[in-house]
Amino acid sequence: MELLNTVLLTVSITLMYSSPLIFTSLGGVITQRAGVDNIGLEGMMAFGACGAAVVGYFTANPWTGLLVGALFGGFLAFLHAFISVTAKGNQIISGIAINFIGLGVGIFITRRLFNGAAQSSTVPNGIPKVMDLLGLDKTESRLLQSAEFDVTVIFGFLFAFLIWFILYKTKTGLRVRACGEHPGAADTLGVNVTLIRYICTTLSGVMAGLGGGITALSIAYRFTPTVISGQGFIALAAVIFGNWKPIGATLACLLFGFAQALTVILGGVPWMPSEILKMLPYVLTLLVLMVFVERSTPPRALGQPYFKGQS
Amino acid sequence: MRKLIVKALKKPFTAVVFALIVGFILGAVALAVGGYDPVRAYNYLFTGVFSSTNRMMQVLVDAVPIIFTGLAVAFAGKTGLFNIGADGQFILGQITGAVIGYYVPMPPVLHPVFILLCAFTIGGVYAGLASWLKNRFGIHEVISTIMLNWIAYYFMIFIVNMKSVKVPGSQHSPEILSSAKINFFSREFRSTEEGMSFVDKYPLLKPFVQTDAGYAIILMIGVSVLLWVILKYTRLGYELRAVGYNRFAAEFAAMPVKRNAILSMFISGGVSATGGALLVMSTSYYITMLGASEGYGWDGIAVALIAGNHPIGCIFAGLLYAGLKFGGLEIQSRMRAPTEIIKIMIGVLVLFIALAPALPRLAERLDRKE
Repeated sequence: MELLNTVLLTVSITLMYSSPLIFTSLGGVITQRAGVDNIGLEGMMAFGACGAAVVGYFTANPWTGLLVGALFGGFLAFLHAFISVTAKGNQIISGIAINFIGLGVGIFITRRLFNGAAQSSTVPNGIPKVMDLLGLDKTESRLLQSAEFDVTVIFGFLFAFLIWFILYKTKTGLRVRACGEHPGAADTLGVNVTLIRYICTTLSGVMAGLGGGITALSIAYRFTPTVISGQGFIALAAVIFGNWKPIGATLACLLFGFAQALTVILGGVPWMPSEILKMLPYVLTLLVLMVFVERSTPPRALGQPYFKGQS
Repeated sequence: MRKLIVKALKKPFTAVVFALIVGFILGAVALAVGGYDPVRAYNYLFTGVFSSTNRMMQVLVDAVPIIFTGLAVAFAGKTGLFNIGADGQFILGQITGAVIGYYVPMPPVLHPVFILLCAFTIGGVYAGLASWLKNRFGIHEVISTIMLNWIAYYFMIFIVNMKSVKVPGSQHSPEILSSAKINFFSREFRSTEEGMSFVDKYPLLKPFVQTDAGYAIILMIGVSVLLWVILKYTRLGYELRAVGYNRFAAEFAAMPVKRNAILSMFISGGVSATGGALLVMSTSYYITMLGASEGYGWDGIAVALIAGNHPIGCIFAGLLYAGLKFGGLEIQSRMRAPTEIIKIMIGVLVLFIALAPALPRLAERLDRKE
């Protein structure tokens, strides 16, 4: 019984931590498949978390909050798309700048609205749990309490499937991938490279904003300057580890979520310092990349601006 | 006139000036939207830095660690490597400074030198690890160094939180021995009778006595020049830059590309860690349990980008950055306007530096119209 409880708890915590990562890394897959690198995911997550927490606090509606979070992330990503696609600037530097701006503006807004405090107040309603929606009574059973998870987890998996379907089973998906592999060839065949790259890059921000919003509304229940601490970059690592495939990236995120869950579950073990445990997800990322990275191939035109007429 | 504009647009420096102006304008917009008077805010920003020699010296003191991380990122950048891991290496430098500074008693001059050597080596190896991971496993240094940053951060918390290290009733490690401190004048000296009369006697030296100014400043200038000379006038520097320009050409010219990449990251990491150790030895004196990394490495990335990866440029970019940060605090304390406005300004500045490659193209387009 105790063992089953621990297992269920591990699973639900894994799902809780991986769902923001799944959304964000799916965003990463979309934009990188279209050939635009985006290391600003971290800042977009932070900005999305701010929007979601602030609106979630004032409207008491997590869904409105999440929507605004997505818009916030999308806005930053649109900026990134302009710099990367239209201005053909440096995508890495732009991403760094967005990490500064996303967090900076996020804290600025929070300080303005919450009396100078760098963190928002706790939101009245977080993202609903699955069993609450189903109307299950879980007050009696400890197992049900342990197995609880947020609805957004399901959405994450649905999105992963949807994006896989679009990328690999539709004409649009083929065009997106063509933009990332050989934009010149795609252009010759009448694909609007600029438009596709704009849409995909902006979508990546929307997804990162959702990811940040989920972190704020289902894990932290507020925005703090450290609510997003490296998840954007872990999601980026998941994209590579998942070989730029939606399903692969999702599985990678589950692994990282599991590492996070272990730090929580093992947190009670007295001989294990919690700081060492907290290194675990990062060490694991490195180890996993050491094994898998050679087998993954990035989109060929990743990170390179496309000049019309180039071969 | 048009010719002048075209010519100016082709210079990299124009992008920086342009970025700076736009940064200030958008910062003003953000302030105005937030309901703060931008003119007053910028006034505080300016007077916050320039109203006294003490303040200006404080900016220089604050700039030292940022310049070091900036130099680290810039040096790796010249080799075509992006050292996002400067933050983690800096933290390891801080740990080295705090641990050796307290636990290994040594004579005064030797103590700081020993700390710096250790910090340089440890930071260098840590950064070299990222380079090795890239050579051996093909893991991009942008990903690996970010992971290493977090590992270093939690390692610092781990060290501070150890029962034998943490000062009871506090959140930090014990203060380093005075033999490891490298200020020109000790902090105690400031408030003694002797110190006060000294300031009265030599008013010009006031900022040196009343701030944490120390030998770190001299070392900072020395290291900047040294890195510049290495890059510009030595064979090693030539090879490193060659790899940065065109990895394959360098390989074809029989340069040891992989070895040089590790060496470049080693130096870069060492420089960053040196900055961390200097911060502990001249300002903080101990390491603290923090909720998040202080972000010196990220500041350094912005500095290197503003400086266009030029070591001497890093000094000025670092001063600019530290000045903005210091003046930003003044805005916050006087107007209760969020100091994050500085972060936003820096972000906008960097954003426009990302746009820099567009400027020469814009110039060409203008040229063609003529």
